[in-house]
Amino acid sequence: MSGDAGVDAQERYRLKVNGREREVDGAWIGESLLYVLRERLGLPGSKNACEQGECGSCSLMLDGVLVASCCVLAADAVGSEIRTVEGLSPEGELTDVQRAFVTQGAVQCGFCIPGMIVAMHDLLDRRPDADELALREAISGNLCRCTGYGRIFAAFHAVKEERARAST
Amino acid sequence: MKVAHPRTLDEAFDALERLPDAQLLAGGTDFVVEVNFGHRRPPAVVGLRRVGELRGWRREDGELVLGAGLTFTEIENELAGELPALAAAARTVGSPQMRNAGTLGGNLGTASPAGDSLPVLAALDAKVVLVSRAGERTLGLGELVTGVKRTALRQGEIIREVRVPRLRGPQQFLKVGTRNAMVISIACAGLVVDLDGRTVRCGLGSVAPTPVRAAEAEAFIAGAIDWDGPRAPADAVARFGELAAAAARPITDHRGTAEYRRRAVQVICTRALTRSLA
Repeated sequence: MSGDAGVDAQERYRLKVNGREREVDGAWIGESLLYVLRERLGLPGSKNACEQGECGSCSLMLDGVLVASCCVLAADAVGSEIRTVEGLSPEGELTDVQRAFVTQGAVQCGFCIPGMIVAMHDLLDRRPDADELALREAISGNLCRCTGYGRIFAAFHAVKEERARAST
Repeated sequence: MKVAHPRTLDEAFDALERLPDAQLLAGGTDFVVEVNFGHRRPPAVVGLRRVGELRGWRREDGELVLGAGLTFTEIENELAGELPALAAAARTVGSPQMRNAGTLGGNLGTASPAGDSLPVLAALDAKVVLVSRAGERTLGLGELVTGVKRTALRQGEIIREVRVPRLRGPQQFLKVGTRNAMVISIACAGLVVDLDGRTVRCGLGSVAPTPVRAAEAEAFIAGAIDWDGPRAPADAVARFGELAAAAARPITDHRGTAEYRRRAVQVICTRALTRSLA
């Protein structure tokens, strides 16, 4: 028999979110990770729009990989490391990418921004020397209907310059 | 609903015995969306993403063995040299987020007519290895995918791997959609030239209930190519495109009309062959 019997009809399981073990109790087991984070664990940073993996606003890191949390079954994320936009920096602090979005005016309505921030961190973590073409590819699944992306690209370049200055 | 998290195939077979009505779950990019929209509510789910035997790929004699759990991102990053058409197809799947989650085995299990890997696997004459507690069996792609979102997978069976030959020669994938990124195909084609076997193999996607091979076009062009190039006269290349279009059995739906799809097949097959010749 399996050492891990999985999640059964009691519909209670634990998720590791932003370094903390969180109990999910009384949930329907077919709920997406996005739904559980927002509606059961009080983490509304990941946004809910399309629920079909088209818009990227629910992007987060699952075991270090960028995914759309609307397409992850929450009960299948048991045992995985989940990092949401809330967990990118200590409580009350902004990351360098978030600061750059503020200073460059890269936010308009703001709905897509948490997913955009997570995707941009993922790109810069994997490829610190990524160019704008790589960024365009990396956020091709993060739809923004307000900004036209220009200020988002500006924020990306600002972060790269800031990191380059910090490392010299 | 119950959800099992096996870490090995053996544990997965246990779970499938315990939960005989379970839906297999790979990357979730199709299945979880169906659950989100209330279209599916299976009594149980067996999540396969932890199963070690499904991960990765390897070379084995004249073949490449691709684990069912291989993600599109992994295919794109690791197999562009060995399987350029499959890597190109992987690169056109959804967004980076979808490619990080979606798997080759999931694409086969879902068996959507628009599954991007399918026409390439058809062109490669891929063999799909299914395993269960009772043993294993190997099916051709045409035997596995039996209809729109229908497969020959039996209860208790899991797709373990896909086996494709290592071939010398160009391989192309072309896809038509409404834009470049994040698009579901209106028509797509995989084309593989086997220089040693002196064959051209062409799989079509999104233009029939299942991936189809353009057999008549393949037979025609194999005889028309000067294999020392390889090169072929322009009228033969054009004829290849027409014959490939004739192999399509498209429907009209919200993504495109049957006429448009047939024309798109002609254009992309002509273009894929042109790019493959000297």
